[in-house]
Amino acid sequence: MSAIDTRSPATAAARTTPDQPRRRRLGRVDVPLTILLAVGSLTVLVPLYVTVTMAFKTSAQAVDGNALSLPFPFNPASFAEAWTLTRFPVSFSVSLGVAALTVVATLLLSSLASYAIVRNWHRRFFRWSFVYLLAAMFLPFPVVALPQIKFTAMLSLDNPIGVAVLHAMFQLSFSVLLYSAFLRSIPVELEESARIDGASTWQIFWRVILPLLGPMNATVGIFAFLASWNDFMMPSLITADPGLQTLPVVQNIFQSQFGTNYNVAFASYLMAMAPTIVVYLFAQRWVISGVTQGAVKS
Amino acid sequence: MTMQTPLTPGAEGTQPGPGRPGPVTAATRVHRRVGSLRRTEGVYYLFLVPALVLFTAFVVAPASVGVFYSFTDYLGFGQWHFLGFENYRALFSDPAILGSYGFTLGFAVVTVIVTQVIALALAVALTKRVRFAGGLRAVFVIPMVVSGIIVAYVFNFLFANTLPALATSVGFGPLEQSILGDPDLAWLAIVIVSAWQTIPGALLVYTAGLTSIPTDVYEASSLDGAGAWKQLRSITLPLISGFIVINTVLGVKGYLGAYDVIVGLTNGGPGSATSSVAMTIFTGFTSGDYAYQMANATVFFIITVLISVLQLAVTRGRNLRLA
Repeated sequence: MSAIDTRSPATAAARTTPDQPRRRRLGRVDVPLTILLAVGSLTVLVPLYVTVTMAFKTSAQAVDGNALSLPFPFNPASFAEAWTLTRFPVSFSVSLGVAALTVVATLLLSSLASYAIVRNWHRRFFRWSFVYLLAAMFLPFPVVALPQIKFTAMLSLDNPIGVAVLHAMFQLSFSVLLYSAFLRSIPVELEESARIDGASTWQIFWRVILPLLGPMNATVGIFAFLASWNDFMMPSLITADPGLQTLPVVQNIFQSQFGTNYNVAFASYLMAMAPTIVVYLFAQRWVISGVTQGAVKS
Repeated sequence: MTMQTPLTPGAEGTQPGPGRPGPVTAATRVHRRVGSLRRTEGVYYLFLVPALVLFTAFVVAPASVGVFYSFTDYLGFGQWHFLGFENYRALFSDPAILGSYGFTLGFAVVTVIVTQVIALALAVALTKRVRFAGGLRAVFVIPMVVSGIIVAYVFNFLFANTLPALATSVGFGPLEQSILGDPDLAWLAIVIVSAWQTIPGALLVYTAGLTSIPTDVYEASSLDGAGAWKQLRSITLPLISGFIVINTVLGVKGYLGAYDVIVGLTNGGPGSATSSVAMTIFTGFTSGDYAYQMANATVFFIITVLISVLQLAVTRGRNLRLA
């Protein structure tokens, strides 16, 4: 796609790709469209604004229903209360652990499997395995939830580790699809020379293939992390011990016993949402290009 | 999980991905040339087997056991007897089940249309001469990184408290009551929040699709006098049709399994007006309806697959024409 960009100089009248530098076209900015998009972005920004301001209100101000007002008096005490109510350090660690395990398992299982599949496509076993793994893409979790709940309990995996295993399983089809599409574009000749130098397939995978998979690792990893970190359904159904629940799941305490303490609830929501948003804002260029490249390269 | 995910437009087409002849013949050639490769074959099985074994053990085996129990009166524990198709017969006359299918299918269709139209419009708009396009895109993508259930809790407050308060202050009658408490309107809230959450993924896929279109195509067509609308219809839409298909298919599949957003907004209510199929299936876990809800899950799976296949079949002709 960069090849396209360099080939076509900025013909202002023509359609330009999003990756092209914008500055040279600033003289001819489409003002109405810019305003329209800016107003549209409020649909994203207002809920975030509400979350932040609500978190800093007193409970008296929070119940008046006016979510758009600024907090007065400014009250940061809700965070301490939310911190203890949700046992934030525990639930945060559980969430992070589950997401990390999911990412590692997804990256390893699907890159290894895809490499084997693509390099042995002439063998029926590998072709069928590809179709087999891909079939799960059309399998929603609710379909297998009931037996999985029983099965993980049987294996003593009704805990965050079991959740991570299931998260990795449900990322598998999509990741294999992305990896194998990308691997097809890597010429076998690259491996050939390593092979002639005496490298084993195992060594070739780690030293040649995995580094080449760099951008795709990022794409697959981002998807796996977000899916796992933000999931509510699986941990809430699989994990038996409420003390080992993830951040999204522990937020349900505010739906019942602390029903009117909106300021504490929003402080808690903010603490749960902030990590990914902050990381995203710092790495957004990289995240966006990682995700879009995943779609284009494959 | 309802996140929209990008795929190669070719992958859903006539053949599974790596079936392209290029790499296959290349690989075969190498196999013939380098004799030592025969011995390393075994390693490839070791690469593939962990994924196959785990996938079979944690997904396929439980699913098969579940389907088996759907033909019994199993409660989730203890003794069971064969019932044949009794559970399935009962499903089709159960108003709770039929209601959940009606809601879920309607919700999925409306949401996928709303989401794809907005995402595509945003993606196209962001490639125009817009100021701060990068920053705006960054903002529009934020919902992708936040948890659906927490977003639903936030919107729950907005729908239940802020919107009625605003409506009352301007004297707009229809919205003075929370729409979450209205059996006829609550589904709208779920559509709005689901769309809010899944537009970014679709937007990124469309951005990727638009990026892959060479700019010369537009240059040539504008020389021929094609306007913006004509270009959109005759160039942009056909060239990204693969991306539209994959967004729609995966989107529908995600919305059919909707759970998190509904739990956070209405928890299936008021009454059972917004009870999705996923939610009714999960009641089998607590209510002793295990076998019955497994029959429901099996039917749900068949419907999901049928809808996906149908979508691919309907759009296939279009893809082939472009290829």
